[in-house]
Amino acid sequence: MTAEAAPAQQAANRVPLVEMRNIRVAYGGVHAVDDVSIDLHPGEVVGVVGGNGAGKSTLMRALSGAHRADSGEILIDGEACEISNPRDAKVHGIETIYQTLALADNIDAPGNMFLGRELTTRWGTLDDSAMEGATRKVMGRLNPNFKRFATPVKSLSGGQRQSVAIARAVHFNARILIMDEPTAALGPAETEQVRDLIRQLKNEGIGIFLVSHDIHDVFDLSERIAVMYHGKIVDIVNRADVTTDAVLGMIILGKKPDEVTREELAELHA
Amino acid sequence: MADVPAAFPQQARRRGGLLDLAQATEVDLRLFGMVVALLAIVVGFGVATGGRYLEPANLVTLSVQTAAVAIIATGMVLVIVSRNIDLSVGSIVGVVAMSYALLMTDILPGVLGLGHPLMWVVALALGLGIGGFIGGVQGFIIAYVGVPSFIVTLGGLLILRGLVWVLSSGASVAGLDPTFQLLGGGPTGSIGGPASWTVGIGICIGIVTLIAYNRRQRRKFGFPLRPMWAEILITGIGCAVTLGLVYIANSYLWPAPLANRYAEAHGIPIPEGGLRIESGIPWPLVAVLVVTVVMSFIATRRRFGRSVFAIGGNPEAAELAGINTRWTIMKTFILMGVLCGLSAAIASARLNGATLDVGVGYELYVIAAAVIGGTSFAGGIGTIPGAVLGALVMQSLAYGLSFIGLSSPIQNIAAGIVLILAVGFDSYNRRRAS
Repeated sequence: MTAEAAPAQQAANRVPLVEMRNIRVAYGGVHAVDDVSIDLHPGEVVGVVGGNGAGKSTLMRALSGAHRADSGEILIDGEACEISNPRDAKVHGIETIYQTLALADNIDAPGNMFLGRELTTRWGTLDDSAMEGATRKVMGRLNPNFKRFATPVKSLSGGQRQSVAIARAVHFNARILIMDEPTAALGPAETEQVRDLIRQLKNEGIGIFLVSHDIHDVFDLSERIAVMYHGKIVDIVNRADVTTDAVLGMIILGKKPDEVTREELAELHA
Repeated sequence: MADVPAAFPQQARRRGGLLDLAQATEVDLRLFGMVVALLAIVVGFGVATGGRYLEPANLVTLSVQTAAVAIIATGMVLVIVSRNIDLSVGSIVGVVAMSYALLMTDILPGVLGLGHPLMWVVALALGLGIGGFIGGVQGFIIAYVGVPSFIVTLGGLLILRGLVWVLSSGASVAGLDPTFQLLGGGPTGSIGGPASWTVGIGICIGIVTLIAYNRRQRRKFGFPLRPMWAEILITGIGCAVTLGLVYIANSYLWPAPLANRYAEAHGIPIPEGGLRIESGIPWPLVAVLVVTVVMSFIATRRRFGRSVFAIGGNPEAAELAGINTRWTIMKTFILMGVLCGLSAAIASARLNGATLDVGVGYELYVIAAAVIGGTSFAGGIGTIPGAVLGALVMQSLAYGLSFIGLSSPIQNIAAGIVLILAVGFDSYNRRRAS
């Protein structure tokens, strides 16, 4: 047994945090996700990559409760559970940072962070001060420069909006985090901040699904990489066992490296 | 946490003048603008009519006429904020007003006995329930079946207006419970001088308490505070306006014949110059005040209100955040129906009965009031006090125009122009700000 294979072997022996089995999602006759199985362990980052329309986001939406799977099973800590809406997912400690950020533009940062889970006083009224306090605390860690707690998030910059979306996931002690293109809207400094955050969260034992177009992000951060093509998983590989070229080949051709013909390879390099 | 204040330095940039004042006091500029517009209308008509428009009796009548529209407008704010519309409000008012009349003339006397002291309570509870039920049915079709609110409530407008005719077999119904009639206002339908002062002082205490509580909360968490002078200024203006309005309401005396009859009935000797009985705040206005406070509380201090605004800002985000968006939407329509029931109580109490066309055209005034008050059809933006002020602006204009003798078609033309101007001005401002 090689040194690289050891962590993966250990992981396989434990009960996975999440196990998605034979998930299918169809949109009007098109199989956006077709019989996909994938798992995630505590403290692990699994990169989910693929071209446009490969089914990455749809697969993740099935786990976050945004879109119900047509068939298949989702197991959390080895137990089958029903995730039919975002509330169900949150109950199981699944937090999601959507590519669209899913912020209510007309509401301020604390309001967005606690959206749907507002803190209330003992009279049942919104406890704005407590929510602002908690938001300031989380933001102090994520983005110390953030100062605009009372303005609607509409008037914040892309990076600031992103940090609000991330703060929401972090604050609620997610056990399972889904990050859909978390750095797509960010500049280099902010991207580095998000990467640091992902490493930090990983060390805290959170399992992370990282959906990204950016193959370098995925290679830097993930333990395993799941490649999707036309709604199916091409392969799930240990990062240590593959090169970026091999993964890129799988993304583009939808085949494992040993299945690729000479002609296809030549075309790829041309 | 000792370094917290340093982490949030006061804004160093100062702009001076009115903007600076607005920033320090954190006053909503658009609400402030509406108060100025309202004052301009009232003072303008006051000058044009040689002061007659400003007589307490007129101002009180004006406020009572506003009540029925203002109460529904507070609910319309939540409906429009969540990207829906309710065109059926006028017809709901019609159905519930007719229900009150039928309940108190035909049905309840048989059940409770004629002149039962609790008749008005039972009738009011049933009426609010009927309103809520109608709103709930429409809300269910909108939220759970997925038919657009414009269509559902347009259908509701037609169906319910037809129902008014069916209920009463095409006839007006008159003769309500005397206690119920107090809701219609007028000298006897007011709470009287001493009670009005009590309410006024109560509101002042409320203002002081609220501002002090907010300040204490912000200090507790180490957030930036408003300057002390700004707090005192806001408190002072709020209390002065409240007490001033109570003074106006109390300057409206019972008409001499009514006062004399009252004196005779209670064996009070009539002093020289007639008995002075202060009317005070009319009951419909009390209803508006209570509804405004309760609805503002629901809209800004409760999770339900926050959810409504989130749905308006980004429906998908609200759903993904785990908000039960369908139930929230349905609740806004139930609330709308209950408010229509209350408004119907005021409208029918003023008429001492119900005609077939109670509430006709309300939907337009209510939507106009909400929109003039800053509610945006794009969703997610709107305030309850704004809508109430919007209703006041509309009604004081309409009342003033009829006061100087303009016919009702001309009043409609003026109201339409004001609506478009108000919203146009608002859109212009927002575009410039962004």
